[in-house]
Amino acid sequence: MGQITLNQITKSFGDVQVIPPLDLTIEDGEFVVFVGPSGCGKSTLLRLIAGLEDVSSGEIVIDGNEATNVPPAKRGLAMVFQSYALYPHMSVRKNIAFPLRMAGLDKAAQDAKVEAAANVLNLTNYLDRRPGQLSGGQRQRVAIGRAIVREPAAFLFDEPLSNLDAALRVNMRLEISELHQTLETTMIYVTHDQVEAMTMADKIVVLQAGVIEQVGSPLELYHTPRNKFVAGFIGSPKMNFMSGAFAAEYDAQTIGIRPEHLEVSQSEGKWRGTVGVSEHLGSDTFLYVDMEGQEEPVTVRSTGEVGIRHGDTVYLSPEPSKIHRFDKEDLRLA
Amino acid sequence: MATQHSRSAARIMMAPAVILLLGWMLVPLTMTLYFSFKKYLPLRGGDLGWIGFDNYVRFVSSSAFWPSVQTTLVIVLGVLLITVVLGVLLALLLDQPMWGQGVVRILVIAPFFVMPTVSALVWKNMFMDPVNGLLAHLWKFFGAQPIEWLSNAPLISIILIVAWQWLPFATLILLTAIQSLDSEQLEAAEMDGAPPLSRFGYIILPHLARAITIVVLIQTIFLLAVFAEIFVTTQGSFGTRTLTYLIFQRVLESQNVGLGSAGGVYAIILANIVAIFLMRIVGKNLDA
Repeated sequence: MGQITLNQITKSFGDVQVIPPLDLTIEDGEFVVFVGPSGCGKSTLLRLIAGLEDVSSGEIVIDGNEATNVPPAKRGLAMVFQSYALYPHMSVRKNIAFPLRMAGLDKAAQDAKVEAAANVLNLTNYLDRRPGQLSGGQRQRVAIGRAIVREPAAFLFDEPLSNLDAALRVNMRLEISELHQTLETTMIYVTHDQVEAMTMADKIVVLQAGVIEQVGSPLELYHTPRNKFVAGFIGSPKMNFMSGAFAAEYDAQTIGIRPEHLEVSQSEGKWRGTVGVSEHLGSDTFLYVDMEGQEEPVTVRSTGEVGIRHGDTVYLSPEPSKIHRFDKEDLRLA
Repeated sequence: MATQHSRSAARIMMAPAVILLLGWMLVPLTMTLYFSFKKYLPLRGGDLGWIGFDNYVRFVSSSAFWPSVQTTLVIVLGVLLITVVLGVLLALLLDQPMWGQGVVRILVIAPFFVMPTVSALVWKNMFMDPVNGLLAHLWKFFGAQPIEWLSNAPLISIILIVAWQWLPFATLILLTAIQSLDSEQLEAAEMDGAPPLSRFGYIILPHLARAITIVVLIQTIFLLAVFAEIFVTTQGSFGTRTLTYLIFQRVLESQNVGLGSAGGVYAIILANIVAIFLMRIVGKNLDA
């Protein structure tokens, strides 16, 4: 009821191949997040699965059925768009009922399903409003409602939270996760925000230039990134990369160390540096430390209350077991 | 202070234009009103004094009045129907990506640049002429008897000519409206299982509603005043006498300026009723 397999699919626009041959299996009931920098092909990949774009070659299998040339409506997938794509001239009720109406359901059944969806999404009081009269979060919920009523094999989300403000985004993130727990339906979620990916996903697919860099659970990606790109993309603040003499000591081309795995001391430590900007978040303090022989400042995550000022000399010591080593091809060394 | 100064400066600077436009409108309007209460026959005695509402009564009670109103309505509605329906279809076609899109779009606008008199002459002599017209040749090619367009189907002919002129206008406005439709809405409808015709009916057409009302509004106001096309082709014969043409005939052919002016006042009232009525619809549409 929601297993999707991609076999060697490719997509080209004219002469430009945006997705080189790609294999991926999404298990039933999984929450899969496609994440990557903008232009990495994650949205294209989602649209290929949805059927809004045709694959150039390869096949898409949904629930064991070949779906490569099946039109989008027949694939049993529902999509929530970045702009929500609500129909502005229809009331919320009609918006949610639209897929049912297109499926030829009778009026009573339509109403029952719309009411049920509205209940789940707290939209009951807004059913007779137009989308233009709703707030961003409510519109988002209507878009999700329109997807739910179809009882699809899988939900596809295309950067659904990027138009919301930060506070609302956190709320909707929780709501979508909650929804996934309730419905236990496969969900594929596209985002460029690694925080969303880490917090929501059962499985993260990291993409770069149409190529899957790594597939795994959030913690797998965090602890054992397959290469430098994944290491740098997952985790916030970003992992620090050091090369040259720093890396040579560990017998690697580059070493990576996460800001939370560095210890700061004002008296002694492995590496010496000067504190630049420090950002106080209350719970944490991020220090940007300039070190000799290191181009970019090293980010350090420290406790909320440190008495370190701009220009102070500090000593940094990495936790030896948390150092990631990468070879010349940027691949992880075991 | 600065804003107050610039506001009065703006008023002074706008004044010439406003006064010119106001004069342009007010002088003919007052003259029409003035003559409409007079018996004024330039070739038969000139100004024969005030006669109150006689002209207004005579204009409405003449046997030509109601048929002319009917003709006007038939032409306006016929042209609106053709331009809106074909305009929507053409706009949909032109919205498709194709080779030479820019050139094709300019070609589509072309009829709008042709003067009404010229286009009516071209249609009359090159298309609808029963002997030499292109349409006559076409009919003959298929072995049919050529239609004498302007005498046998005069209203349809005029509607065709006027519709041809206004189709580009409708197409252009509708095309820009279609281009402003969020493509994600169409994709969402596609995912929701709406086949192309339903997508057109449920998404595209409601989106175009506002543009269609605007096209209808603007065209109605101009179509009520269609004149050159009739003057050049049928000269108001064969039941093609519209209200506008009737007024022209009263003033110039019957040389009764007073009677014609009274008709003009009726036309002003009619046009304003249509304008107010349609403005409301558009206003409502703009609010939504």
